[in-house]
Amino acid sequence: MKLKEIVAILDGEVLLPEVDLEMEVPCAFSSDLISDILMCTKEPTLLLTGLTNNQVIRLCDMIDIVGIVFVRGKRPLQEIIDMARERNIPLICTNYTMYRSSGLLFNAGLRSCKI
Amino acid sequence: MGEYWYIRPGLEESVNGFFSAQPEADMALESQIPEKDFNQAGKGSAEVKNLLKRLGVNPGILRRVAVAAYEAEINVAAHSLGGTMMCRIYDEFIHIIFKDMGPGIADIEQAMTPGYSTADEMVRELGFGAGLGLPNIKKNSDALHIHSERGNPTLLEFLIYFMSDE
Ligand SMILES: Nc1ncnc2c1ncn2[C@@H]1O[C@H](COP(=O)(O)OP(=O)(O)OP(=O)(O)O)[C@@H](O)[C@H]1O
Ligand SMILES: [Mg+2]
Repeated sequence: MKLKEIVAILDGEVLLPEVDLEMEVPCAFSSDLISDILMCTKEPTLLLTGLTNNQVIRLCDMIDIVGIVFVRGKRPLQEIIDMARERNIPLICTNYTMYRSSGLLFNAGLRSCKI
Repeated sequence: MGEYWYIRPGLEESVNGFFSAQPEADMALESQIPEKDFNQAGKGSAEVKNLLKRLGVNPGILRRVAVAAYEAEINVAAHSLGGTMMCRIYDEFIHIIFKDMGPGIADIEQAMTPGYSTADEMVRELGFGAGLGLPNIKKNSDALHIHSERGNPTLLEFLIYFMSDE
C-alpha cells in the first residue's frame, strides 16, 4: 500500500512535507512497548504507536521502520520531528485510536508484519 | 550469588574456548551509559551497528546486534546507576560487555522471565517495562552471560557470530 493511501485512510497529517508519499509500505505493527516492537519487527514495517519520545526515533537506528503513525492525536515535539528528518523517516499524525487505525489499514489490505 | 549462562546449542566449544582464552580484539569501541539519560541512551548501540555495517556485516546480523545491544544499553540506563558498554570485534563475532555500578539483580532467573519488570513510572512512560528486554537479548545472542547479585554491579556480556543464521 502506498503511504499516501495510508494518510488518506487515517485522515492523517504528514509532519514532514518532504517525504515521498508514493513510497510502498509492505506491512505494519502497532504497539506502545519498545521491547515488543524490537521483538516483532524483522522486515521493513510501518509503526503505529502512541509513544512520541526520542526513543521511538532511536528504534529506527536499530530496526527497519519505514514510517511512524502517531495515534490518538499525539504529536511529537519539534526536536523529535528533526531527528526523524535526519533519518528520512515519514511521520504521520491521526486522531483515530490505535485500534481503529489498525483496523482501517488492515481492512484496506495492509498486512501485519511477520513475527 | 547470581550467574546466568546461555550458549546456543552447537556453539559450546567455540564459545567456551573464547571465554577461557579471552584473545585480543581486532577492534574495540567504548561508550558511557549515564543513569536515566534517555537522550543519550541508544547512541552507543547505533554507533556499533554503523561500524559493523561499514565492515560489511549482513543486515540480519546487524539487526540482532543492534537489538541486543540497545536492550542492554537501555537496561543500564533504566535500572542501574550508570555504566559502560565495551565492544570487541573479532573476525568471526562481536563481543559486547556491559558493566554498571549496581544496584544489581537479586534473582536473574526471575529477571529473565518474559513480563517480569521493576521499571519505574518514568521509565514506563517512555515505552519501556514490558519485561521483554532480557529475553530479547537472549533470543538475538549466540552466547549470553550475566553476573549479578543484589547490592553489587551487574555484568552482562554477549557474543554474536557474523555467520550464524538464526
Ligand atoms: N543492569 C541492570 N541492573 C539492575 N537490574 C536490572 C538490570 N537489567 C535488568 N534488570 C532487572 O531485570 C528486569 C527485567 O529486565 P528486562 O530488560 O527483561 O525488562 P524491563 O527492562 O523491565 O522492560 P523492557 O526491557 O521490556 O522495556 C528489570 O525490570 C530489572 O528489574
Ligand atoms: Mg529492559
